[in-house]
Amino acid sequence: MSIGKTNKYLGGLLVAFFLLAAFFGWVYTPFDPLAINLRAKLEAPGSGHLLGTDEYGRDVISRLLTAARTSVSISLLTVSFAVIFGTLLGSVSGYARGWVDRLVMLFTDTLLAFPSILLALALLSILGANMYGVVLALGLAYMPTVTRVVRGAVMSLREQQFIEASRLMGHPVHYTLWAHVVPNCLAPVIVIATSMFGSVLLTESALSFLGLGVPPPAPTWGNMLAGARPYMAQAPWLGIFPGLCIALTLLGINLFGDYVRDRFDPRMRGL
Amino acid sequence: MIKFVLSRLLSAVPTLFLVSVAVFTLIRLIPGDPVALMLGDNVDPQVYAAMSHQLGLDRPIPVQFVLWLKSLLSGDLGRSITSDQEVLPLVLHRFAISAQLVLVAVTIATVFAVPLGMLAAWRQNSAFDLGVVVGGTILMSIPTFWMGLMMLLFFGLQLGWLPVLGYVSLGENFWDGAVYLLMPVATLVLHETGILVRMARASTLDVLRLDYVTHARAKGLSEGQVLRRHVARNAFGPTWTLLGLILGNLLGGVAVVETVFTIPGLGRLIVESIFGRDYPVLQGCLLFVAITYVVVNLIVDLCYPIFDPRVKSA
Repeated sequence: MSIGKTNKYLGGLLVAFFLLAAFFGWVYTPFDPLAINLRAKLEAPGSGHLLGTDEYGRDVISRLLTAARTSVSISLLTVSFAVIFGTLLGSVSGYARGWVDRLVMLFTDTLLAFPSILLALALLSILGANMYGVVLALGLAYMPTVTRVVRGAVMSLREQQFIEASRLMGHPVHYTLWAHVVPNCLAPVIVIATSMFGSVLLTESALSFLGLGVPPPAPTWGNMLAGARPYMAQAPWLGIFPGLCIALTLLGINLFGDYVRDRFDPRMRGL
Repeated sequence: MIKFVLSRLLSAVPTLFLVSVAVFTLIRLIPGDPVALMLGDNVDPQVYAAMSHQLGLDRPIPVQFVLWLKSLLSGDLGRSITSDQEVLPLVLHRFAISAQLVLVAVTIATVFAVPLGMLAAWRQNSAFDLGVVVGGTILMSIPTFWMGLMMLLFFGLQLGWLPVLGYVSLGENFWDGAVYLLMPVATLVLHETGILVRMARASTLDVLRLDYVTHARAKGLSEGQVLRRHVARNAFGPTWTLLGLILGNLLGGVAVVETVFTIPGLGRLIVESIFGRDYPVLQGCLLFVAITYVVVNLIVDLCYPIFDPRVKSA
């Protein structure tokens, strides 16, 4: 199978599988993911609990499914936040130019001067470790990338004749932006948004692993891995499955991201 | 050349200033009163006022900023609330530990990844190329903290070859230190190789389709000469830039790897200072990492003309 097809089908399949798992975990889990049962603690994977139980006797597969839902919602919300506000700032900044542009870019470049995980860590200590804190912190950390890309696209678009025509027809600025400028810079936005899902998911798990994400007892793949560390010798499955979930989801997103890039940016085809 | 270097150096000054403004603002936005935090609840109002005054917190914000910037420029980042150590030496000490790990890992990853990526691009769509792309994508999809845990599980617990806990610095005892660094370095190398190999391949493919490569082949150069003299140098540019970003990111962001392998590096210090609400330390770390990030990227920019002399005139 060629690389392009692997990207499309294997990537799509993995992503679909985890979206489905997230949805499934929302409607049904075999056990209550939070129910503590000390008589059944650290049970190995088997017939009773498909993927075993953790140190409090909680069912691992139920927790993995619930965590999939949390990760998917955080990634979706974060990427939406970054894309919506990044596009807004980028298009206004690129279209207006002048001092508006300088102000927006000053803000953007300052945020870009920090490594994104560090910025997210710093923002989390202000916003507090909870789901919306994580979304806002990651959203702000990833927004500048979108702003820069959109601004670049808008700067070259605004000089084109159809935009000038829209201006000459007397359309208000917000109409020209919304109807003509933004739709024409969607391709690069879609490409970075797809790959952003991967890095948001990874950063979110890393924050959870460090104990700075969604707080326990709510399960996330990252905090399940952190919780598994002291029990690695007796219960290796606790450390294997959550990580496998992260890795496979990321693989899916990365493969699918490559496909999306090839699809929307033909110049990059086959790279 | 001197003009190029000077303009790049100058362009870093406003960025560094903005970074310091951002850190100052961030730290002051953290909910909670630092004086109450240091002295505890139920404190005598007079003591409270004295402490506020001593820390300069009773002055207007802009004055506070100028004073803060002044002490910053003289290298004074304050003292840790929890351990009362001076922040700057603490940060530098921890940074040295992280830097060892990161520099070794990134160097090894580059040495592996760049030739592999170039060869894969040269033989595009061959089985070797497919293997490199698939391998690279898999490696970059495995989070470092999980790869680290799995290494600990396999080499530490199952096989018992390598120590599971602890850290010995290279300076103290080189061989013991190297044994402790083996797994963390391997974890980082594998992950970064995945990212770099894809970049090296992509930028080589970009160069290979250019006209001057066809020209070089047409004039009868051997494939080895074409690759070495015409492709390699030009294809390395984008990878070099990515290398700067990776290095900058890792120098402040190896917290997860340091957590897995219990290495007392800068990343751990950041996480500890957040948990301990040790704001002077957090502030020092943020500043230090952001400045390192800017400086690393500046150095990368300055070295760029070595591979691609065209940027000098741009």
